Amino acid sequence: MATTEIGLDHHLSNHDDHEHHEHHDNFFTKYVFSQDHKIIARQFLITGIIWAIVGVFFSVLFRIQLAWPNESFPILETLLGKWAEGGKMSPDFYYSLVTMHGTIMVFFVLTAGLSGTFSNLLIPLQCGVRDMASPFINMLSFWFFLIAGLIMFSSLFLENGAASGGWTSYPPLSGLPEATKGGGMGMTLWLVSMALFIVSSLMGGLNYIATILNMRTKGMTMFRLPLTIWAFFFTAIIGVLSFPVLLAGAILLIFDRSFGTAFYLSDIFFKGEVLTNHAGQIIEGGSPLLFQHLFWFLGHPEVYIVILPAMGMVSEILSTNSRKPIFGYTAMVYSIMAITVLSFLVWAHHMFVSGLNPFVGSVFVLVTLLIAVPSAVKVFNWITTVWRGNIRFTPAMLFAIGFVSMFISGGLTGIFLGNSSLDIPLHDTYFVVAHFHIVMAIAAGFGMFAGIYHWFPKLFNGRMMNEPIAYIHFWITLIGSYCIFWPMHYLGMTGVPRRYFSFNEFDTFGVYGDLNVFITVAAIVVFCTQFLFVFNFFYSIFYGRKMKTLNPWKANTLEWTTPRELGHGNWPGAIPSVYRGAHEYSKDGRDYTPQHIPDSQLDNYNPIIAEAVK
Amino acid sequence: MSSENIATTHHQNEEVAWQGGHSPFNVSYGKLMMWYFLLSDAFTFASLLISYGALRFSSPTWADPNKVFSAFPGMGHREVPLGFVSLMTFILILSSVFVVLAVIEGHRNNKQGVMKWMFGGILGGAAFLGCQAWEWTHLIHEGMNIWANPFGPQAFGMLFFLITGFHGFHVFSGVCLNIWAFVNTANGEFGSRNNGYEMIEKVGLYWHFVDLVWVFVFLAFYLL
Ligand code: HEM
Ligand SMILES: [Cu+2]
Repeated sequence: MATTEIGLDHHLSNHDDHEHHEHHDNFFTKYVFSQDHKIIARQFLITGIIWAIVGVFFSVLFRIQLAWPNESFPILETLLGKWAEGGKMSPDFYYSLVTMHGTIMVFFVLTAGLSGTFSNLLIPLQCGVRDMASPFINMLSFWFFLIAGLIMFSSLFLENGAASGGWTSYPPLSGLPEATKGGGMGMTLWLVSMALFIVSSLMGGLNYIATILNMRTKGMTMFRLPLTIWAFFFTAIIGVLSFPVLLAGAILLIFDRSFGTAFYLSDIFFKGEVLTNHAGQIIEGGSPLLFQHLFWFLGHPEVYIVILPAMGMVSEILSTNSRKPIFGYTAMVYSIMAITVLSFLVWAHHMFVSGLNPFVGSVFVLVTLLIAVPSAVKVFNWITTVWRGNIRFTPAMLFAIGFVSMFISGGLTGIFLGNSSLDIPLHDTYFVVAHFHIVMAIAAGFGMFAGIYHWFPKLFNGRMMNEPIAYIHFWITLIGSYCIFWPMHYLGMTGVPRRYFSFNEFDTFGVYGDLNVFITVAAIVVFCTQFLFVFNFFYSIFYGRKMKTLNPWKANTLEWTTPRELGHGNWPGAIPSVYRGAHEYSKDGRDYTPQHIPDSQLDNYNPIIAEAVK
Repeated sequence: MSSENIATTHHQNEEVAWQGGHSPFNVSYGKLMMWYFLLSDAFTFASLLISYGALRFSSPTWADPNKVFSAFPGMGHREVPLGFVSLMTFILILSSVFVVLAVIEGHRNNKQGVMKWMFGGILGGAAFLGCQAWEWTHLIHEGMNIWANPFGPQAFGMLFFLITGFHGFHVFSGVCLNIWAFVNTANGEFGSRNNGYEMIEKVGLYWHFVDLVWVFVFLAFYLL
């Protein structure tokens, strides 16, 4: 890591008011090996979107299996070959799909695609910086992510299929290459890919932290930062402190699998025989629970890595589009801080039924329920921000409101699960699936859509996305998502376990046949609807309407002071200074008060001139 | 909006650390990133050492370090409990001291001084790696490896090799960085930078960190 920092020139770090020199880039330095934060943001976003299509498509495939376990679909055989002989999906393939779906969505889409895109885009633009602290490390961060992704992708084409032990990869199953088909090379590539991903996220995170702390423009105190930046800041801190723990966990797992150690394994019987190691000794002394601790020490903070950036963007969008200051800015900052701290102290709520000492469990119940307090503060503040606002229902605003709705619905079930006594029957059922998809997956997805619709002009040369298509996209996605995940609560409450290939053997669950079909149909509808978005996205990149003023949403933050077509270095002239907080709408009789206008000049501020496209 | 006006109004609060426009801690972004990287790396080591603790306390027996680590090169079968590892630790700490001196010379802009002490640091690091190689070879010869351990439970061997190996890998990369810094000092690269020998400080930070981690590794395997 340290080596990468070497050889950087410092011309971007002393963000002075010097005139910026335009580089004469060719295609490769401009779009491929770019060190410009805006291009890197686009790279993260487009890679993330491709991964999202792959990941969601996988879920459609396994939903088909869950809805019609007895039918055969010849098309599946055409598509999947030996994995669906006679049109019936094989169980091994089902487990690979589930595993890949989870891994791809959590890490590649909602971590890299979300935080990677918007941290890169907005940190320099909203803090008033010409580029990241270290543009070079920033570029490496993307390339490590891309390579991690390519390795994961290549594992799909292995003879024995991709990893199939779930996104959590618990040993002993994942520790024994011979135990499952995907447990061999597939699992190895999974681990290698994750290790590279950790390096990528570390490089990104270090950059975000250093840029926010060190390089804010004049006048931008920490408490004038937009909430987006606060959220990215704490996201980066969580990443820098929790991913290394997964790295340690992964290293131990790699050794167990490839070199015959027994960190996680003890007294394993396999096919009726006790397993021995290279020295002929019985494998003993390890603890599978150790992995769970290491994994969830990352895993729980990881869910906040996913949700915090979305929360930050939603705060910004809600405030801008309600034309009201964010309610309780300081409380918002402190609740992000509290969530950050608490997120490191609750991991064992994923392990209530693992054989954990019940006393330890009760401590984790307490801390877990504490985290509901800052979460509730945030929800309360969002609602009061919108309350009696002068709301403009832009697509971004709709998705932001959808985010709040999802976060409330899913957060409430978190409180059920956080009580260990309730978790005992609910653990590993569809109730958990419903909980985390609503509170994390869909909510963060909505945050991502909101961010894309809102900042699209800053991502792609001042072009806007098509609104009618966006409205259709929103409504079908909102209703469809609830249709997919709401019924899963009922499945879970009656004990339907998650991660089952088929329920044919269980007569009791037969009653859910129709419900499963309903869920799958909703999933297919939502999946297809996303192509409206994909079309809108790519069409708008090339043909979208150009924004008519520099500040289409009439927002206060600095990114809207940059030219419509952003060059390297962001501001052609001096970097603006900042005179006030980011969310001051409808104050002192002014609809909005841009951050960069000094008090003395506010009365002379004429948006028609100042925000005209130059 | 005219940028001139803005440029004239912003000096009022320049003195205040968090006002923006400069680093609140007065450190370069490079050093800041190094600090955070080390924090992150500390978490990796901490996880490994906590895993050590967890496995050790679930094991009914443990190996006696005074028995395991009692050989000394050239002493035949004489037992010198913990003698060799004390020497290794001393060498590593000494090399850290050398790097501190190199940083001081860097502040004085004294190229020769930086080179002299950095060279000492590199030698110390290399010597430590040599000692570690000897110790590993010796232990493997005695039958202790990641699969078996004549001195006690298997877990001792596998944890020992994994964690000291991971630390050794850090020492190795630290030595490489130090060599790189030495070369760039020698060819005048750092001397001509406008932040001078700051890179020596950054690689120095890494080096002290590696040293500090060793103290914990040493504590875990050799003393407790
Ligand atoms: C009020 C706050 C919350 C509480 C009390 C809570 C509690 C829990 C508990 C106890 C579990 C484990 C259930 C089980 O496996 O039996 C769980 C699972 C999960 N939660 Fe939450 N949660 C909360 C909010 C969130 C948020 C905000 C996110 C993400 C942004 C999230 C994401 C997840 C995920 C991904 C899982 C499932 C992981 C898996 O097993 O694959 N939760 N939650
Ligand atoms: Cu959790």
